[in-house]
Amino acid sequence: MKVDMRVNIAGVTFKNPVITASGCYGFGGDYTDFYPLSRLGGVCLKGTTLEPRQGNPPPRIAETPMGMLNSVGLQNPGGHAFVTEELPRLTGCGTVLIANAAGSSIESYVGLVELLEGTAIDMIELNISCPNVKEGGMAFGATCEGAARVVRAVRGRTTKPLMVKLSPNVTDIVSIAKACEAEGADAISLINTLLGMRIDIKTRRPVLNQVMGGLSGPAVFPVALRMVWQVAGAVSVPVVGLGGIEKWQDAVEMMMAGAAAVQVGTASFYDVYAPVRIIEGMEAYLEREGFGAASQLTGIARK
Amino acid sequence: MLQKAYPLIGRTLIAPHTHSFSIDCPDMAALARPGQFVHVRLPGFLLRRPISVCQITQDGLRIVVEERGAGTEEMARLGSGDLIDLLGPLGNGFLTEAPHRRAVLVGGGIGTPPLLPLAEHYHKAEVFLGFRSADRAILTEDFEAAGATVTLATEDGSAGHHGYVTEPLEQHLARHGADVLYACGPEPMLKAVQALAAKYHVTAYLSLEARMACGVGACLGCAVPILTAEGVVYRHVCKDGPVFPAEEVVL
Ligand SMILES: Cc1cc2nc3c(=O)[nH]c(=O)nc-3n(C[C@H](O)[C@H](O)[C@H](O)COP(=O)(O)OP(=O)(O)OC[C@H]3O[C@@H](n4cnc5c(N)ncnc54)[C@H](O)[C@@H]3O)c2cc1C
Ligand SMILES: Cc1cc2nc3c(=O)[nH]c(=O)nc-3n(C[C@H](O)[C@H](O)[C@H](O)COP(=O)(O)O)c2cc1C
Ligand code: FES
Repeated sequence: MKVDMRVNIAGVTFKNPVITASGCYGFGGDYTDFYPLSRLGGVCLKGTTLEPRQGNPPPRIAETPMGMLNSVGLQNPGGHAFVTEELPRLTGCGTVLIANAAGSSIESYVGLVELLEGTAIDMIELNISCPNVKEGGMAFGATCEGAARVVRAVRGRTTKPLMVKLSPNVTDIVSIAKACEAEGADAISLINTLLGMRIDIKTRRPVLNQVMGGLSGPAVFPVALRMVWQVAGAVSVPVVGLGGIEKWQDAVEMMMAGAAAVQVGTASFYDVYAPVRIIEGMEAYLEREGFGAASQLTGIARK
Repeated sequence: MLQKAYPLIGRTLIAPHTHSFSIDCPDMAALARPGQFVHVRLPGFLLRRPISVCQITQDGLRIVVEERGAGTEEMARLGSGDLIDLLGPLGNGFLTEAPHRRAVLVGGGIGTPPLLPLAEHYHKAEVFLGFRSADRAILTEDFEAAGATVTLATEDGSAGHHGYVTEPLEQHLARHGADVLYACGPEPMLKAVQALAAKYHVTAYLSLEARMACGVGACLGCAVPILTAEGVVYRHVCKDGPVFPAEEVVL
């Protein structure tokens, strides 16, 4: 019997539980030489702010053992260009489109989600966790009060399903997740990158121009898994797990910890086919193990 | 664009710590243009390494790699028969003019390899190559075999002009001018070439480097400042470059 790969998150049906992570997949057009977007459960588009942002000065990339640091700093063309130039290119792409909304103030978050009303965007991922911008971003995601304020303000102004993306750079991620749920978040995604740094011993300078950057890739997987486990045990809205997933086994583990779906980011940088291999591998596994549906994996390790 | 593991046909040491690889990849070679690059995945390393296309034939690609760190050292351990995982061809490559135009190519060190296909395109390219010392000089015979005239400069004077390559370059431009100029090499060299191109009113292109993750435009990691009508903005070496018009490059 064919496995039902569909998952439902906040009323949105994904054809499979694999979504590409924000900032690692541009605006969806960079990997279409390799496979069509319609293979994916969904696509989280590059973090977008109301006003255009230049991003941080280079170098923006550093390699780490089993991971990498980035300090891109939310470079994006702004909400208006996102809606008028990027979204039209995605019409009919056959996958769930998620906008990653970031801001430096409550008003700029609200302004952006208002721009997204009436567009083809299926879901909003509220980014309160970017470690690479000076104002806003992670500052909102670092406390329960900050997170609650943004979610409350945005919730009142959008009819789209709202997923809130959390930062791992906090002492108590569970209480922040609960605060978001209490303000009306329809889903929680985690984790964004972990703050880190590297020094070039030849030049005796930090590698990144911004000194610090966000760590991603397989190195962060156990941390992400632990946080997804904690959050999924504490909230009743769906949780989307990400951080270091590179193969189908990781995705299955993440779902067993309580994730309804997963996102894949850094893995595409070294294997462009990673998201597709994960979908295929998971499907074969589910079939082998006699599961009727991918959604049966969610939280199986907690029972 | 393709991503595949291809067989290496051979590796040759062409200078200390500098290796030439022939790769059996006819499908990727059929797509490749001068100035593009391939993104190489190496066992034990998360990020791919960007390496320029040095020669394009029906059977595959040639790349030339200098050991600069752990990744390129790992690459130097690959040999004939090993598989090499490539993503490419990436980037836009060089804009070329008609083959009879008077082209000047300026290469510094490991910036030299991407210029070789241009020497094959232009009938009589004038090539200026700078290296630290005579034993570091690479590809000079390849350029000559392609019909180019090579002027060599070494910093220690062990071969050719004693000093920087931009010195004989300036003499040439002052005397003969040029229709189009291409340069790839260390930043100080690019800066000097940029100034000379402006001084002698030559259309010039510079090939730039940046630390990369995706190589395809998805991560926005490889930013470089570029002068546009709207002022200085960040463009991306992998997708908008690696080649940029010299007057737009902010060095
Ligand atoms: C478009 C392009 C074309 C290139 N073509 C060639 C070529 O034909 N031959 C050649 O030998 N080298 C070339 N380089 C430089 C080559 O990519 C670096 O020397 C190599 O990535 C260094 O890796 P490593 O692991 O040895 O060094 P490490 O310093 O250990 O590398 C650490 C990280 O920094 C990155 N990095 C370090 N130096 C550079 C650099 N100069 N440019 C970009 N990333 C860097 C690495 O990719 C890696 O992610 C090119 C670079 C670019 C951007
Ligand atoms: C280069 C880069 C850019 C990123 N940009 C964003 C972004 O704009 N918005 C966001 O919410 N997360 C961004 N992230 C974080 C990823 O979406 C993801 O949370 C993180 O990388 C962990 O997943 P991974 O290990 O699978 O990459 C970025 C990550 C990287 C590596
Ligand atoms: S390396 Fe990712 S955008 Fe250039």
